[in-house]
Amino acid sequence: MNALWIVGGLVALVIVYFWSLYNGLVSLKTQIEEAWSQIDIQLKRRADLIPNLVNTVKGYAKHEKGVFSEVTKARSALISAKKLESKAEANDMLTAALGRLFAVAENYPQLKANENFVHLQKELSDTEDKVAYSRQYYNSIVNDYNIKIRTFPNTLFNEMLGFLEKEFFAANEEERKAVKVNFE
Amino acid sequence: MTIHSAIQSNVTKTYIIMAAFVAFVVLVAYVLGNALGYGNSFMWFAVLFSVVSSFVSYYWGDSLILAISQARPADRRRDFDFYTVAENLAIAAGLPKPRLYVIDDTAMNAFATGRDPKHAVVVATTGILSKLERRELEGVIAHELSHIKNFDTRLMAVVAVLVGTVAYLADIFLRTLWWGGGHRNRDDDRGLGQVMLLVGVVLALISPIIATLIQLATSRNREYLADASGSKLTRYPEGLARALEKLGKDKEVLEAATNATAHLYITNPFKGKNFGAWFAGLFNTHPPVADRIKRLRAM
Repeated sequence: MNALWIVGGLVALVIVYFWSLYNGLVSLKTQIEEAWSQIDIQLKRRADLIPNLVNTVKGYAKHEKGVFSEVTKARSALISAKKLESKAEANDMLTAALGRLFAVAENYPQLKANENFVHLQKELSDTEDKVAYSRQYYNSIVNDYNIKIRTFPNTLFNEMLGFLEKEFFAANEEERKAVKVNFE
Repeated sequence: MTIHSAIQSNVTKTYIIMAAFVAFVVLVAYVLGNALGYGNSFMWFAVLFSVVSSFVSYYWGDSLILAISQARPADRRRDFDFYTVAENLAIAAGLPKPRLYVIDDTAMNAFATGRDPKHAVVVATTGILSKLERRELEGVIAHELSHIKNFDTRLMAVVAVLVGTVAYLADIFLRTLWWGGGHRNRDDDRGLGQVMLLVGVVLALISPIIATLIQLATSRNREYLADASGSKLTRYPEGLARALEKLGKDKEVLEAATNATAHLYITNPFKGKNFGAWFAGLFNTHPPVADRIKRLRAM
């Protein structure tokens, strides 16, 4: 009789453990997906601002063709990128290209005074902040999730339950600095 | 204090304060009712009144505070930095974007309110929006979002409305007394009536002080915690430090702030200038700005 109670209690404990482990991981995974879609939205928003910006700059600096094609190329790379890693890469590429575009814009005082240009510049630098912050949020949740998966005893069961480690959305430190110099 | 225990203690404290408020108002009403010769009818009215105002403070505290502060909704184009910075930091904190309001006043200040992150409001004056740079404003907004995340705003909104109510009641009572209200039989039981009257006066005088003490208990250390978790969000404590420096130098008094709402703001809105300051200075609701800056720079 006593042994039965003990066995029953143990089984109940195991069930509760798996229950809470599974639910906890599912909820974190959902949060990660939401955070990821937030980054995606911001990257798309960034890409959407580019054609307008390029057109505005073109109106004042027609012959700077090299810069325009570079920006346009980086933009289409960002739009077509599917995986997290390639997106991060394309985004860095776009940042570099935009840096050159704004450096070129420095030579055209009339362009710099253009209201539309100023507005787009503000929107763009805000979007860059949004990308940075959504990435920060994404990485912090991924971190929580990975820690939970890696710690004992969860680490014994996570693969069985189908939870694998997630990768971070890598922040390019140089890019962050560049943003500050260019847009502040 | 960790964020989690801060939230727990805020939630518990909110309920305790609501209960204490009901008990306090009922007690005062009982004493006053007897002092003025209305008997217990006064008390039953107070029971109803205090329970209702507790609920109101919980569910509509934010709207009341917005109305008192004469705030208008923020506009994305007109208040671009305010709007976008709040959006961005809400993303970073994993919170829904709070509703944003602006007070047209050149004094620099800001506060957050609302009972939970889904009903949160952030308010800033035009003074703070025009005088701070974007990175500095980020520091301030991150501080306010931390108040929301920690549920400080729930506690503070409830306290603001209830403290305002106590002050208002004390005011009414003092006026009634001044104009010789009440229809006590003056020939009868003189001794007892006078004792009750005395107790009533004392209660009326100490009630705002008790109210302020409640205020004090709720807000002081929360500022340090909000500074710290706000900096975690922006990863740039220097932004808030510079903003606080500017706020510390600003000597303007914010007209829209009252005794009941003073503890909501990021820095003391009275600046040691007017009558309210006498009170606010007596029970300082905010740690000194210089100390906060020092802690931020040490992070």
